[in-house]
Amino acid sequence: MGKLIAKEKAIVVPGEVLAEGMDHLPGSGTYREGERILAGKLGLTYIDGRTIKLISLSGRYIPKRNDTIIGKVTDVLMSGWRIEINSPYTAMLSMKDATSDFIAKGADLTKYFNLGDHLVTKIVNVTSQKLVDVSMKGPGLRKLHGGRILEVNTNKVPRVIGKQGSMVTMIKDATGCRITVGQNGLIWIDGEPKMELTAVKTIQKIAEESHLSGLTDKIKAYLDKETKK
Amino acid sequence: MMAYEKRAHGRGFDDLREITAKVGVIPRADGSAYFKIGGTAAYAAVYGPRNLYPRFLQNPQTGILRCHYNMMPFSGKGERVRPGGSRRSKEISLVTEKAITPVLNLEDYPNSVVDVFIELPETAAGSRCAGICAASMALADAGLNMKDLVAAISVGKVGDKIVVDLNTEEEAYEDGSVDIPIAMLPSNGRITLLQMDGELKKEELMQALEKGKKALLKIYDIQKNALKEKYQVEENV
Repeated sequence: MGKLIAKEKAIVVPGEVLAEGMDHLPGSGTYREGERILAGKLGLTYIDGRTIKLISLSGRYIPKRNDTIIGKVTDVLMSGWRIEINSPYTAMLSMKDATSDFIAKGADLTKYFNLGDHLVTKIVNVTSQKLVDVSMKGPGLRKLHGGRILEVNTNKVPRVIGKQGSMVTMIKDATGCRITVGQNGLIWIDGEPKMELTAVKTIQKIAEESHLSGLTDKIKAYLDKETKK
Repeated sequence: MMAYEKRAHGRGFDDLREITAKVGVIPRADGSAYFKIGGTAAYAAVYGPRNLYPRFLQNPQTGILRCHYNMMPFSGKGERVRPGGSRRSKEISLVTEKAITPVLNLEDYPNSVVDVFIELPETAAGSRCAGICAASMALADAGLNMKDLVAAISVGKVGDKIVVDLNTEEEAYEDGSVDIPIAMLPSNGRITLLQMDGELKKEELMQALEKGKKALLKIYDIQKNALKEKYQVEENV
């Protein structure tokens, strides 16, 4: 009979034994060695029926298909743009995925996106060699004008967004800022200068205290206080 | 041969020097750790996975690991260590890399590099082992996919006794001493580093390794607790 050793929502380190026997299945972040299931990284255990998963607590952003991310144009190429995405890898935005306009051969691509522009893009493909293709075609995908970019750890992004976007909606309503959160940890904020600052501070607070329970209420109180000033 | 009767500070022959371990000591690194054993202290900082240039160094099948071992100028007891690489530091960087690579799933990060910088502000024997211990904690802190941690310790023979965790005086014992740094994966007992300075009989070597394995499991517990402590704080506040 298999034995489950790890507790639900426990912090485990690489090599820690999570379960023995064949009754459990190794999920993401874990691996099987013989009869045992071991942790394959530092993380929080999450037991879903028979599978044991690990949720990362640290680490850099690794591109994943269908993620919406914010990137910065770092190079204009022959037939597209190279985008920096706060990850070990860079992304390619090809002309075809950027616009439905007709672009003549040899046209100046900087008319569309220039060096240093920030874009909201969606990852359409990631190869095994981690070549990343992004697209601008889709709802909400656009070039960002004005505002500011804030960086948080990619593992905190789900906290910043909240359940069904509750957290980010709350910040938007309280500060009147427009906010876009990228899965890669880059966040764009645009609004009144003072309110922008409040939003930045709030998001940093969320990232710092992401582990606390009742975070939503806490942040709500914080926002009320900050915006009343 | 003169018998080696007693160790400094009343330490038993199988006892480790006092160990302090901390994780997340360097805020701007992707992962970092501090490991102190007796008079030897090591800081490790991990940066990456990140882009690797020049491009010809990139490997499309796997990421690569680069370790840099460095003793700070006034870390030793004797003369100032001259800054910059030396034959010795290059060798230790290499063996550190070889000791750690087996646990890392670098094939998850093709074309990229993981840089590990190990700095030693104080050294009193066993610095490569302290460096490896710190580096493996820092790599776990950086959230990399890895199969296990790596624990390392030196064992050996001082005079006629098999001992664990030699200090500077024991390494330079006048009637001869043998120094064997070992690194092990605690989950399955596999060895990733084994060097020896001196001469030893086969039985003595086996005995030393057995003692080393026991000590390594203690070190592993300390590493594990240090890692959990950093993240546990975030849990309970």
